[in-house]
Amino acid sequence: MTGLDAAVLVRPTRWAGFSAACHSEWIKFRSLHSNRAALTGAAVLTVAIGALLAMATSSHFHPGLVAGQAAWDPTSVSLMGIGVVELALAVLGVVMISAEYPTGLIWVTLSAVPLRGRLLAAKTAVFALVGLVVGELLSFAAFAVGQVVISGSAPTASLGQPGVLRAVAGTGLFLAVIGMLGVAVGALVRSTTGGVAVMVALMFVLPGLGQVLPESWRDPMLEFWPTQAGGQMLNVAPQAHALGPWAGLGLLVGFTALVGAAAAARFVYAES
Amino acid sequence: MIVVENMSKRFAGAKAVSDLSFVVRPGVVTGFLGPNGAGKTTTMRVIMGLEAPTSGRATIGGFAYRDLPVPLKAVGALLDARAAHPGRDARSHLAALAASNRLAKSRVDEVLGLVGLETVAHRRAGTFSLGMGQRLGIAAALLGDPAVLLFDEPTNGLDPEGILWIRNLMRDLAAEGRAVLVSSHLMSEMALTADHLVVIGRGRLIADEPLEAFVARTSTETVLVRTPEPNRLAAVLAGLGAYTTTGDGMLEVVGVEASVIGDAALAAGAAIHELTPVRASLEEAFMELTRDCVEYAAATALR
Ligand SMILES: Nc1ncnc2c1ncn2[C@@H]1O[C@H](COP(=O)(O)OP(=O)(O)OP(=O)(O)O)[C@@H](O)[C@H]1O
Ligand SMILES: [Mg+2]
Repeated sequence: MTGLDAAVLVRPTRWAGFSAACHSEWIKFRSLHSNRAALTGAAVLTVAIGALLAMATSSHFHPGLVAGQAAWDPTSVSLMGIGVVELALAVLGVVMISAEYPTGLIWVTLSAVPLRGRLLAAKTAVFALVGLVVGELLSFAAFAVGQVVISGSAPTASLGQPGVLRAVAGTGLFLAVIGMLGVAVGALVRSTTGGVAVMVALMFVLPGLGQVLPESWRDPMLEFWPTQAGGQMLNVAPQAHALGPWAGLGLLVGFTALVGAAAAARFVYAES
Repeated sequence: MIVVENMSKRFAGAKAVSDLSFVVRPGVVTGFLGPNGAGKTTTMRVIMGLEAPTSGRATIGGFAYRDLPVPLKAVGALLDARAAHPGRDARSHLAALAASNRLAKSRVDEVLGLVGLETVAHRRAGTFSLGMGQRLGIAAALLGDPAVLLFDEPTNGLDPEGILWIRNLMRDLAAEGRAVLVSSHLMSEMALTADHLVVIGRGRLIADEPLEAFVARTSTETVLVRTPEPNRLAAVLAGLGAYTTTGDGMLEVVGVEASVIGDAALAAGAAIHELTPVRASLEEAFMELTRDCVEYAAATALR
């Protein structure tokens, strides 16, 4: 060996390069015990909390009240534990990128995949797929367990009813997008504590503060707050002062794309 | 082959590297020397495409790093011994790198064997000692069987056995025809490892020459002479072309060997009580060189 021989000069196609980067990121993701533990814990909690909340809520159900019946949405009741896995995916998404900085691993990664856009795309794609699979599995599991729990005391939902399959499958989509938003925030902030703080503020703290605003401010803010809008997927029936499920998810996707573009600009074009 | 051409790198106003040019050739170990903050790491990061140069360029086999078709087959680098996720096992760390460049899976176990980590391959990198972390970093660098290798202070914090192992590894890699660039603060270390030296100080090139040339050029011999008649002996030696400094019954003589001084003293009838050749160590020569790097730069500009 005396130099860069012919074998080195064969350039893989763009697609081959991207899929190799994805394969690499998948090996990295699945080899971390902390990732497996976080997802397993989140899965158990999501289903368990969903079941407990479904039990508590359905026990207050009064079949005599017509108004109560109209507002009774056994699907969204069974999905009330989804916040746990939502938080887990947000955090793991941030960590996909932020965890590489403290040790300098990112420089090893970039020496193997020097095209930064490709690396960011691979990380986002792998984690979107993880979020989609985990999200769909858990929303269907929470729905199934929730309906069993509810069946003792109140009417249940089935996937054949209008809007129910859309709500359950759409919740999985919502979770995948939250995971992608986590990756984008991680690339933008590059720190685990900072990125997690941003995600928690976006998903829980700021919408929570919005609740105490005067009504004329609160309603439009919560209607168009991206994570709240995306969360409309969980409801079967349309809500007052809220976007529809697809418009809401669309707004969240648009917001994620914006953050992703800012992250890509920093990751690809900023110095080091 | 690495070619650095008129490369400068400026960080927020401060110049880290100024107009640096050198070549790292295949088949030899090139030692990259300079005191703290000289710009060694910055230069290596520019070569790796991790930092954009302010001006000039660095290429590997004619390619900018980011244009290398399969980077790990072209270049292997150890920049930071701690650069692995503490929660990930050594084998998965390497397997992920191998997958990113579509390298054969068998390479993972081959390089683990090469660096002697096969028995701890399943252990998390966070449980590794500094030396084991260094070996893992070297395994990663060797993964693609690259033609060019960069090591940034690979012996930092290693025990003597580890230092010897790395020294031999670098010599073997060069003997296989690879281009090897290794940075260090220690001239004594490079004297045992490198064939060629690139010395920088404050981001500027100070020396770029074969090790032997550096040794011959810098290691001047001084002879200490103790005599009751320093002034008379100094006059005699000056006649022989020696340069002497006098003080306290001692002469420091540069330019003639100890045996010549002894013969001259005998011929002149001057008594000698002590005659000691003192060779400046390579380390002293290196320190002298880099201490004067700013003056050196000014002097070359005047020429
Ligand atoms: N990211 C950065 N931002 C600002 N200044 C930097 C940055 N990286 C390096 N520098 C500066 O550039 C100069 C060269 O640093 P560099 O790390 O390349 O030196 P070095 O030769 O590797 O030193 P050492 O032997 O201590 O590792 C130093 O003055 C350093 O402070
Ligand atoms: Mg350094």
